[in-house]
Amino acid sequence: MRITCPLCGERDRREFYYVGDAVALRRPSPDAGEAAWDDYIHNRDNPAGDTQDLWQHEAGCGAWVVVDRNTVTHAVNNVTLAAKVTR
Amino acid sequence: MGYSGFKVIKEGLFGQKGWRPVWRNPEPKSEYDAIIIGGGGHGLSTAYYLAKNHGMTNIAVLEKGDLGSGNIGRNTTIVRANYFLPGNSEFYSHSLKLWEGMEQDLNYNTMMSQRGIINLFHSDGQRDAFVRRGNAMVNQGDDAILLDREGVRNLVPYLDFENTRFPIYGGLYHPRGGSARHDAVAWGYARGADQRGVDLIQQCEVTGIDITAGKVTGVQTTRGVIKTKKVAIVTAGRSGQVAAMAGMRLPIESHVLQAFVTEGLKPVIDHVISFGMGHFYISQSDKGGLVFGGDLDFYASYAQRGNLPMKEHVMEAGMTLMPMIGKAKVLRSWGGIMDMTPDGSPIIDKTPTDGLFLDCGWCYGGFKAVPASGWALAHLMATGESHETAAGFRLDRFRDGVGLMDEEGTGAQHNLH
Amino acid sequence: MRLPNTPEATVNFTFDGVPMQAVPGETLASALLANGVKHVARSFKYHRPRGIMTAGSEEPNALVTIGRGANIDPNVRATVQEVYEGLDAYSQNAWPSLRFDMMAVNDLISPFLGAGFYYKTFMWPKAFWEKLYEPVIRRAAGLGGLSAKHNETLYEKAFGFCDVLVIGGGPAGLMAALTAGQAGADVILAHEDSALGGQLLSEREMIEGAPARDWIAATVAALEAMPNVRIMTRTTVTGAYDQGTFAALERVGHHLPRRDDLPLECFWRIVAKRAILCAGALERPIAFPNNDRPGIILASGVRAYVNRWGVAPGQAVAVFGNNDDAHRTAVDLLAAGVRVAAVIDSRHGAQAQGDYQLIAGGQVTATKGRHGLTGVTVSTETEDIQISCDCLAISGGWNPSLHLTCHMNGRPRWDETLAAFVPTPDAVPGLVTAGACNGTFDTSGCLTEAAEMAATIAKDLGFVVKKKPIIPAADTSPYQIVPLWLVEGRGRKWLDFQNDVHVKDVALAAQENFVSVEHMKRYTTQGMAPDQGKSSNVSALAVLADVTGRSIPETGTTTYRPPFVPVAIAAMGAGAQGSGFAPERFTTSHAASLGRNAPMIEAGLWYRPSYFPQSGETTWQQSCDREVEYVRNVVGVCDVSTLGKIDVQGPDAAVFLDFVYTNTFSTLKLGRTRYGLMLREDGHVMDDGTTARLGDDHYVMTTTTAAAGQVMRHLEYVRQVLRPGLDVQVASVTEQWAQFAVAGPRSRELLSGVTSADISNEAWPFMGCGAVDVLGIPGRLFRISFSGELAYEIAVPARYGDSLFRLLTAQAEAMGGGAYGMEALNVLRIEKGFITHAEIDGRVTAFDLGMDAMVSRKKDCIGQTMAGRPGLHGPERRQMVGVCAITGDVKLSAGAHLFEQAAESVRVNSQGHVTSVCYSPTLDGEIGLAFLQNGRARIGETLRFVDHLRGIDTLCEVCAPVMFDPKGERVRG
Repeated sequence: MRITCPLCGERDRREFYYVGDAVALRRPSPDAGEAAWDDYIHNRDNPAGDTQDLWQHEAGCGAWVVVDRNTVTHAVNNVTLAAKVTR
Repeated sequence: MGYSGFKVIKEGLFGQKGWRPVWRNPEPKSEYDAIIIGGGGHGLSTAYYLAKNHGMTNIAVLEKGDLGSGNIGRNTTIVRANYFLPGNSEFYSHSLKLWEGMEQDLNYNTMMSQRGIINLFHSDGQRDAFVRRGNAMVNQGDDAILLDREGVRNLVPYLDFENTRFPIYGGLYHPRGGSARHDAVAWGYARGADQRGVDLIQQCEVTGIDITAGKVTGVQTTRGVIKTKKVAIVTAGRSGQVAAMAGMRLPIESHVLQAFVTEGLKPVIDHVISFGMGHFYISQSDKGGLVFGGDLDFYASYAQRGNLPMKEHVMEAGMTLMPMIGKAKVLRSWGGIMDMTPDGSPIIDKTPTDGLFLDCGWCYGGFKAVPASGWALAHLMATGESHETAAGFRLDRFRDGVGLMDEEGTGAQHNLH
Repeated sequence: MRLPNTPEATVNFTFDGVPMQAVPGETLASALLANGVKHVARSFKYHRPRGIMTAGSEEPNALVTIGRGANIDPNVRATVQEVYEGLDAYSQNAWPSLRFDMMAVNDLISPFLGAGFYYKTFMWPKAFWEKLYEPVIRRAAGLGGLSAKHNETLYEKAFGFCDVLVIGGGPAGLMAALTAGQAGADVILAHEDSALGGQLLSEREMIEGAPARDWIAATVAALEAMPNVRIMTRTTVTGAYDQGTFAALERVGHHLPRRDDLPLECFWRIVAKRAILCAGALERPIAFPNNDRPGIILASGVRAYVNRWGVAPGQAVAVFGNNDDAHRTAVDLLAAGVRVAAVIDSRHGAQAQGDYQLIAGGQVTATKGRHGLTGVTVSTETEDIQISCDCLAISGGWNPSLHLTCHMNGRPRWDETLAAFVPTPDAVPGLVTAGACNGTFDTSGCLTEAAEMAATIAKDLGFVVKKKPIIPAADTSPYQIVPLWLVEGRGRKWLDFQNDVHVKDVALAAQENFVSVEHMKRYTTQGMAPDQGKSSNVSALAVLADVTGRSIPETGTTTYRPPFVPVAIAAMGAGAQGSGFAPERFTTSHAASLGRNAPMIEAGLWYRPSYFPQSGETTWQQSCDREVEYVRNVVGVCDVSTLGKIDVQGPDAAVFLDFVYTNTFSTLKLGRTRYGLMLREDGHVMDDGTTARLGDDHYVMTTTTAAAGQVMRHLEYVRQVLRPGLDVQVASVTEQWAQFAVAGPRSRELLSGVTSADISNEAWPFMGCGAVDVLGIPGRLFRISFSGELAYEIAVPARYGDSLFRLLTAQAEAMGGGAYGMEALNVLRIEKGFITHAEIDGRVTAFDLGMDAMVSRKKDCIGQTMAGRPGLHGPERRQMVGVCAITGDVKLSAGAHLFEQAAESVRVNSQGHVTSVCYSPTLDGEIGLAFLQNGRARIGETLRFVDHLRGIDTLCEVCAPVMFDPKGERVRG
């Protein structure tokens, strides 16, 4: 797989670290309740198809990026800097 | 029809004409006492034990493709009981015992071969962690032996003990561990279930789960509606999609795990060996192929195929650990879809819907669990109570944090287990 | 037998020890046939004599072993291996010899060894499986063997990049590369064979009215003249992966006598914007009785040996086929002066195309000759004809080489006219197929299609294609085939020659309801051998379709997975053998430590000194005890540079740290250091360490060595993903600073000699920090302690690390102390109950460590919410305690479990486990740290301490984790 880092350009997958679903962009408040935190930390839509997940260009510029990707075809449709994503 | 050496000889003499279908191809009935979604290893063993242990024979296994076409047919066939956390220990211990009697029980040669597993360690810290594990195994009644470097050398002299990046300090030896013939496990359970009257229905995809007033009433399938009061979702790799039909969102992320096999070679590796400083484990099949694997590809995927960086990493680990395999040639690689949970341990539980059961989240350890998973799920479905060996596999343990079984200690990041 | 007018055979090689000669450049298979060797191998299961069946990498039969000792290379295809001077090849899977193989007894009892027989037997008596049956099966299985010696051969890996990757250098590939190259694209042309030209090299076709070889030569010359085209011969593209990544195996040294400076193979990762698959097609055999005898060769192989290598594979060659290639083969044989015994064409009404005996509408129904073909029986509707021949060329039609199009889960499509699977378009994004692999079998069609595809791709990529490519005039013969999969008759009709699967096996599988392709394949092992069923899958599918009464498309498709050809583990794992598996990180004191004979141990990627032995010491324990005493009584020096050091700067640095740590750092005073605990978001402990405030907006965080990378990634995660609004930057400075612990009662005295700063207890109190000069160099000083003694950590820019370490150590020695290593460091911290990742193993909570109070409730921080889950605290949890041995002569051991004194040592009774132990010279006893259920309430209890693995079963006392100087007075002195 190759991912286009918004800062560095197209790079091999091995330069990136993967953490999981981009649900992390929506961290609940401390008092959001048990269910909200359970969803945030554990439960996943886990789609067979288009998804958004979080990667870090760890062996490159260090940027965390949101990757729009298909879990069946591995097509990468869009890559955005996590820091710039409106949430 | 019973299988035996005598029967093989007799059929050999008479042109193999007497062999009959290993299972029937029944048409689905309009109603069953229970339905198991998923005709993989776990689904088939569940059906077998429901019939055998609980006398429930008016049941069906619905498989969207061919029986045994999921992870039961695409794994590295390792069987072991070397877990150390309560909840896991007793379950895998039970499973190993079932493996040890499987061939006679099923009258099918699944080629369970207890060739012994050696988990290598490469530092004092790793050794201490393995000793804790080994002691837990012995506490459970299973076997574990601590090997020092020379002990490892005596068993597997072909490892690189001199020049490797991470020297071998020793190993945890689990003699009762080993490997089996994966497809045969699926076929053996399928045959056993079929002989007891279970309907194994292939090419029958479940498209919906009917729920009325919080109770399961049936399933929608590509071959029509089937009524039932009990449904088990046993579809590792696709658990999330099927659970979504019942409105559930699971603590599971799907990941690809690769495996590799080389050309047939004369016997050279007699044990199952795992490397401690990178994910790599290897054994040699009865056909002579070196069967080995490594870690997940690390990103969520349903592609059933692996990426190149992980292939290279696995081969690199192999070359630093045992450079004698260099000239073995990989002839095929494949990927299976793993249900990865936040603590790396599975789920066998009821759900908020009455009559709906869940057996999922096997991460990359599902093969060895096949007998005990079926045993425990059958018990749960038949009695409504968790089997004592699987009581820890609760779905709600993540929410309350009680009884987490994080063997890797990597925490709630699904791909790290 | 060599044909007249072939080059002289000057290259010496041996097969099974027999000296022979070969023509330079030819394959081992060609040379063996030229030397009259037909029987070269034994089959996998039944040990049947087998010969050479093809002239390419799809060869199922002619696998041999090359080399001796550590260089043993098993399962080498004789059809790919080029002969070089001194080549030492030999047969495998036969004992005692190829001709008299004891295991051929399997062939006699084969009626009992049908598909899946082993699933039905070997179950009684139970113990016999592992002791008897399985070892016998294992010894009989396998083909060649490994040496079991460490690899001694060089392999390499490389990356390649291009605009257009052309896979295959036959007519289509050459045309595609030429077109793309002329348009200006960067082209890599990867070709499996040693010479470009593909099947044309084996044919007598004309292009533009001249022999095709002339066109090949001209085209290759044109390509070689283009700086933007890279030609890679002997390079097989083995896999297609995401986003235009391809794997390829280059055979660099296989065709040459072994040289130490030349890799045997190079494994390539090629990234291509676009790819054109021009992989050609593979001829398939026909399943007729005993179709596996040495001397039965695919017709395309026969033409390759005759036309390309000048070798006649037999003296009297019969040809059997269902398409026009049978006739093409006969014509070529006649032209070469080889006798054609007969052409058997299964098609009624077939016409002879030359002066040979044609049996139209006939089929080969029997063959004879155990070690080499001596004749065949041909049956027509009216008669059986015996034909003497020593070679039978067979042509069952062609299967496009579409394997790579399946590597990303693409499934091929059945083409009824071609009686073959053809690729599904766009099965691999960015890859198109042209020529025979696309089902276009005539040369003219191949050239046209490839040129058009390449032009389209070049345009897509933005290159200007000036003029329409000129397509040279070439053969346009149509491909006419009447499918023939199976010929009835007595004897086994082999499908998968490599795994010894025959038609009856497939029928038996169907009879037992293994009717899906996947089930049949797995039950019979059809297609699971090294050739991945290249020449047998389609035929087996056709047979399965026949016995189950379905059409081929109804029955299913076949799929292929990478690699296209088997790839040596050493190639894909090149570079890792020995120390190459992972980078090595060295501290600045590495050389000095080695100079003091310190054994260096791995700490993650780092190397750290275990201890510093002195003369007279014979065990590590003696050195360790001495070093501990240095620190407790005098002064010790230890390199702690491997701990992660992270600079945190910016106006929001304090807010940021308050969020990542459980405790508060915004209140930390300038010039002070604080211990911090960091959780994962799931509420468990991630790491701990100290953070110093060097300025209003400037902190330096230290992490453990083990978690440095993880923490750095985590901080960036928090900064960019969770708190992008904060104005803060983080940077790892681990490599930039060399840092040394100077610990012991006389540490202040030692440091007074290297810095002019006032480091008196008043001026530089415990947990004080700041910039200092170190002999004129700007450095940093932290008064922190991991030993519980008065201690400092002093940091200088890394380039001064070596000299500072030597200086500090020399000073310490002059004072009666010295350097200490990891063993002593570990003892010192266990005595004080300080944790490492032996304790914080990823399952531990702040509550478990007795640090619950450090989790501030006044603010949100990572992990705070989930740490509040019921399961993460309470008396059921195992809490950290100290343990000490009661009996003096028993050693404690890490990994042991703790039980009530009277309890049986079984799982349900296990109440705790031991994470770290040591002998404490300070306390003169065995001590350790452990996690014990409700442990903090059980201080003083005596427990049973059991390490089954080491045979230890003793008693220990539970104590507080801080066993030395519990009030912490020494650090403040």
